[in-house]
Amino acid sequence: MHEFSLMAGVLDAVNDTAREHGARQVLVISLVIGEMAEVVPEALEFAFEALSADTISAGAQLMITFVHPRSRCTACGNEFEHDRFHWFCSNCGSLATELLAGRELYLQSIEVEDDPESKLSHVY
Amino acid sequence: MYINIQKPILDQNDRLAADIKEQARVHHIYLLDLLASPGAGKTSLILATIAALRHRYRIAVIEGDIASQVDAQKIKDAGIPAVQINTGGICHLEARMILRALDVLDLPNLDMIIIENVGNLVCPTDFYLGEDAKAMILSVPEGHDKPLKYPGVFQVARAVVLNKIDTLNAFDFDERQFAEDIHQLNPQAPVFPLSATTARGLDAWTQWLDAQIQCKTSASALVDSQTRAPASSTTPDTSPAPAPAPPLVPPSSSGSLAPASSSPPASSLAFVPTPPFYKEPSCSL
Repeated sequence: MHEFSLMAGVLDAVNDTAREHGARQVLVISLVIGEMAEVVPEALEFAFEALSADTISAGAQLMITFVHPRSRCTACGNEFEHDRFHWFCSNCGSLATELLAGRELYLQSIEVEDDPESKLSHVY
Repeated sequence: MYINIQKPILDQNDRLAADIKEQARVHHIYLLDLLASPGAGKTSLILATIAALRHRYRIAVIEGDIASQVDAQKIKDAGIPAVQINTGGICHLEARMILRALDVLDLPNLDMIIIENVGNLVCPTDFYLGEDAKAMILSVPEGHDKPLKYPGVFQVARAVVLNKIDTLNAFDFDERQFAEDIHQLNPQAPVFPLSATTARGLDAWTQWLDAQIQCKTSASALVDSQTRAPASSTTPDTSPAPAPAPPLVPPSSSGSLAPASSSPPASSLAFVPTPPFYKEPSCSL
């Protein structure tokens, strides 16, 4: 159920940003999520539909890019991809590794339909 | 129109958590966030920990539950200040809830606050509360396979407690497999097998926690020009080490995400991940 809290944060940022840009409707919301963040896409979609109703994000397309876990070995410098469960260095077997990617949770971008009236007054 | 945003989803929570961390720093308070499933023994371990450390430290507890005052009452019965947060259905504690709880605690007269998170092995994982460490409790009856089923919570934990070892004979719990799986998931985390109710194995856990608190208070005493008297003048059995252990995850170099070769959208980011992503170096023990 933490998808609801996550989506509430996403929609706050999306709707604020869209309004700042004088948008009439949000078309696409792009999220980047690490595979280790334990976020279920279906639950996120469900939360999105429930929370976006009656906002300018209603009906937008949710695009989620999942990021595969990747670590660097602090012993030998090897950088390697791995699954959610095994962090040992694939080269030297060291346990001293640092996670570079795989726990991301961020809002990357949105695409909006401009409001023709407000566009004239909007300066980039 | 395309609008680039690049903002952590938990941005707002993380900013409030930074407030909490700052308040804890100013008042030299060690913040522990305890995670476990319902019934794993969070409250029992807190009570046992309080009994072991209350003569050295001034402790308060923040209790998170969906409903009821049951847990806070147990802590208050032990003579320890407790604040109950009822999340009303939310499955984890968030920084904004902790901030409200801090308002009613007497911060200048505390050395440690234990946060008992909502019983859940998934949701609390990614919510940073400004804590110094998250610790995770698994109990024997839950089974040794939980690290494989819920890897996230075992990975963010600074330490793992295996509770209810007095029931090992009654359950088919493979201790060796459990230790191996934890070692795979979180090689740096110590594991403390114990029984909160019989106190067997409790010493190792409280000594570890004691050293963590000492480490923080001595480190902040170094930072602060005005050192205040510690809660107790007894010499710690583990000498405090103000210089942190060689960080397995260097926090200074962790500010930006290295280019992700596989996914072009993520490659141009200078993005600060949410704090549980990187563990700050713990004290050398």
